[in-house]
Amino acid sequence: MHYFSKHPKTVQFAFLLVAFLLLCFAITPSESNYLWRLPALFKNLPYIINDAVKYLMFDWMPIDVYDPEIQEYEQKPLFREITRAVSSFFLFIIIFVREIFLGGVKTIVAFTSWDFVSEHEWLRWPALPWTVIAGGAVILGYKLQGWRLAILAAFSTMYIGIFGQWEPSMETLSFVLIAAPVSFLLGLALGVWGYKSRLVETILNPILNIAQTMPHYSYLVPVIVLFGVGDHAATIATIIFATPPMVRLTMLGLKNVPPEVVEGGVMSGCNNVQLMFRVLIPTARRDILIGVNQVVMQCLAMTVIASFIGAQGLGSNLMIALNSLRIGTGIEIGLCIVLIAVLLDKLSLAWANKQTDYFADLTFVQRYQYWLLFLAVFIVGSLLAYIGSFVFAEDFNYLYIVPHNKGITTAPFWQWGVDWIWDTFFFALKGFNEFFITGVLVPVKEAYLGMPVAATFLLVMGVAYILGNVRSSLIVGGFLLFIAFSEYWDRALITAYMASIAVVVSGAIGITVGSLCAQNSLASKVVILLCDFFQTFPSFIYLIPVIMLFGITDTSVIIAAVVYATVPAIRYTVEGLRNVPPVLHDAASMLGVSRMQRWISIELPLAFPHIMLGLNQTVIFALFMVIIGAFIGTTDLGQLILKSISDGQGTGIGITLGLCVAFIGLAADQIIRTWVNNRKKELGLN
Amino acid sequence: MSSGELAGKEEQVVIECESVYKIFGDNANKLLQESNGNVDARLFQDAGCIVGVNDASFQIRKGELLVIMGLSGSGKSTLLRCISRLTEATAGKIFIEGQDILTMNNKQLIELRRNKMGMVFQNFGLLPHKTVLENIAFPLQVKGSSTQESIDRAMEMVELVSLTGRENYFPRQLSGGQQQRVGIARSLAVEPDIWFLDEPFSALDPLIRKEMQDEFLRIQAVLKKTILFVTHDFDEALRLADRIAIMKEGVIEQIDTPANIVLNPATEYVTKFTEDVPREKVLRIESVMQPVDGSEQFSELRVSKDTIIEEFAEAILSQDREVAVVDADNNIVGSLHPSHVINVLFGGRAKKSN
Repeated sequence: MHYFSKHPKTVQFAFLLVAFLLLCFAITPSESNYLWRLPALFKNLPYIINDAVKYLMFDWMPIDVYDPEIQEYEQKPLFREITRAVSSFFLFIIIFVREIFLGGVKTIVAFTSWDFVSEHEWLRWPALPWTVIAGGAVILGYKLQGWRLAILAAFSTMYIGIFGQWEPSMETLSFVLIAAPVSFLLGLALGVWGYKSRLVETILNPILNIAQTMPHYSYLVPVIVLFGVGDHAATIATIIFATPPMVRLTMLGLKNVPPEVVEGGVMSGCNNVQLMFRVLIPTARRDILIGVNQVVMQCLAMTVIASFIGAQGLGSNLMIALNSLRIGTGIEIGLCIVLIAVLLDKLSLAWANKQTDYFADLTFVQRYQYWLLFLAVFIVGSLLAYIGSFVFAEDFNYLYIVPHNKGITTAPFWQWGVDWIWDTFFFALKGFNEFFITGVLVPVKEAYLGMPVAATFLLVMGVAYILGNVRSSLIVGGFLLFIAFSEYWDRALITAYMASIAVVVSGAIGITVGSLCAQNSLASKVVILLCDFFQTFPSFIYLIPVIMLFGITDTSVIIAAVVYATVPAIRYTVEGLRNVPPVLHDAASMLGVSRMQRWISIELPLAFPHIMLGLNQTVIFALFMVIIGAFIGTTDLGQLILKSISDGQGTGIGITLGLCVAFIGLAADQIIRTWVNNRKKELGLN
Repeated sequence: MSSGELAGKEEQVVIECESVYKIFGDNANKLLQESNGNVDARLFQDAGCIVGVNDASFQIRKGELLVIMGLSGSGKSTLLRCISRLTEATAGKIFIEGQDILTMNNKQLIELRRNKMGMVFQNFGLLPHKTVLENIAFPLQVKGSSTQESIDRAMEMVELVSLTGRENYFPRQLSGGQQQRVGIARSLAVEPDIWFLDEPFSALDPLIRKEMQDEFLRIQAVLKKTILFVTHDFDEALRLADRIAIMKEGVIEQIDTPANIVLNPATEYVTKFTEDVPREKVLRIESVMQPVDGSEQFSELRVSKDTIIEEFAEAILSQDREVAVVDADNNIVGSLHPSHVINVLFGGRAKKSN
């Protein structure tokens, strides 16, 4: 009894478990039993959403628009005119950037006409030779940071050029170079607005929560409906996806600016604009730069998904390669995406950290040395390309543009490696795969699907109550209720089962590895660096090696999710443990505590809130990966979202499904966050 | 500059506060109106309001250094922030050079801060992304000075605070004392007339603090700004101040010269600070000397009225006749009998121990 009064939570959990099991056995599975499955009250929600969007697009607020073709005013719905304007604006700048890289004629055409251009051949805009762009990237890297970045730029561009991925890479780059700055500016603006106005912040917060937990796929259909298909639609989808973390980090960063710095700015005589742009934003730079990093990563993570709605470039090639199980090509393309991601991230970081030298007395040449250097590279590169046109007269001009898939390729090598692994470990892999599917996955899946809805509610809300409070429990209940009333409860259970297996495994690996690494400062640094590195990988990349090993099965998806979701678990564990004040270590050592005891009774409890925040991330990451896994064939919510893309009624279905996934994530987030806050209060960490 | 001189010349009033109140809380205004100026901190607290500043009135003259002294929560920083309008006062009037700053609009306020005010903060408040030089040049740049001009001026300031050679360092690369030198340089870059210092040395180690106080006195001796200095350190207040205002729970308990505060504490609360002060280290000859009536038989020793007693105590006590006190021009302005010195230094305490 003494034990129970000391650990009331244990008792509560025990009761909860008993009640849960009783419900599970007492409720008979039957479609008409509401305790078993709730009726799909929200069945019509997708259609309502569809109708609303259609009304908005085609009937709402007709305005008179002048049509130059028929020289008359015509009634057109306002909203569609707006989306059209936005679409053509984005399309124009994407093509403009693309033509700078790859040459073309559409930009000129936009200002003249096709006839005019075909009469004047010289208007055809040549591509920048790839050597010039590579040289430009190297110079930029050197100017912004120094040799290390220059070498990275050289390596990346050479790799892309030599491996024949130049054209798709430039296509991808052209839309990332639009999407990333727009997301950055939009995010910054919204973040600043949210910082300035409490009202805006309260409105933004739930939207951000949902936007950040909604899977990428579910945006796609509405974007198609509103903006059509093509690079511009992909850009807009990417912007919608990449902006929320930027908004959030901007608000966070601005809030964390020390009040004295703000007062210092005010007393220096700043007006509001100066205070924002010269004091607040630069001081919040650390968080805002993480935001930039996130934006770049999200943009590149979207390249693959955006190819569903018509983005050209690396993404669509990668998708085709994976679909046809050409692992070697997939790896090469994946590496291209990673290299572009890392390079853009480092360049933007270096740009933000750039210093001015006020005392240098520069000559004209010194002042413009990098521009002059670029001019030289431009001339030399163009000359080389020109010479190349004679040397390779019969063949492709490798000094101008390495054509797609005409570069060197290591695909056969990878293919050979895959074959070798298959031949050598076929039985081991197959055995593991079969064991895992029949021994673990299927039983867990059965168990999840065998839960009556009442029992699920009791369990989840009960946990939320025990770890948090009534309010938290009700919020979580609300999230679940939405899913239960939709048609997709069973699908959601399948998603939940895969995600929860991934979370348990990632959490266990993450906390173990993190704890081990945190014992040593060098190991901590190395592992954090590794986490940084792996986080720059767009999520899709993780699928390549697992498909290679386990084929298209649930095992692949879960393993990819585990790998992907372990990264935040490790990172937060290491950070949490390393942030335990050293004085406590000393105090513990002087009390004669062994290392193991110190870890269990001092470090873990203190680092616990931070580790749990990591676990929160792990949940979201795992969910994302499971949904993306639909791409290689699963039977959960993700699969339906993927299907909805090619469905006429897809808008509403996509959004509803997206909300279901988001609410699973938000329910987990709610439980963990209240728990963390309670623990923090108990530990006095606020 | 001593109080004697100040009293002699009718110098211009630079800062003037009239019944300034600062009350935090939602219905502060209503409560304040109901109370008719008689604010009871406890009653307000029960109503959910916290009294920061309670009926503060005083004047600061040109070139004067007023120290506001009080423990944490006494409202001293709040008062300073009301005067610099970083916080809006709930009621009262604050004049700077005759202008009521509480009625100023944002634009006028920015003009005032760009040209007339400088402020130093306890935790420095430096911009972490700017170098020493850029931080110091910052107020000039927001004012619209050209880069060259502001950098030149900032370099002068770097020299003034002895940071030459470190102008391209970032704040994080400097020690606390050095960071505060940057803070001081930044606040002085626009050549303000009024200088606010909010616990500028409190975050520093004792030895560095002493060094910075000396540095501060050196700079002030050259620049002669009108200063409002906030501290919780009574010794610091005694060392630096022309006048000290002692605050408790938002109320100014006493505002007077250091000597008068030590010799005649107005309230029990002030006495708590003064009773342990070694008077010989604080008081100047001037504040204990007696007027000359012509009957004295002066000894050969002459002491300047501005010296701290401690420096001459031994010499004076070894005399058997009065010692002449002289001013800077060597005119006799007072006399001092050794027995009087003993009385002043130890008299108060003897009484207390009885």
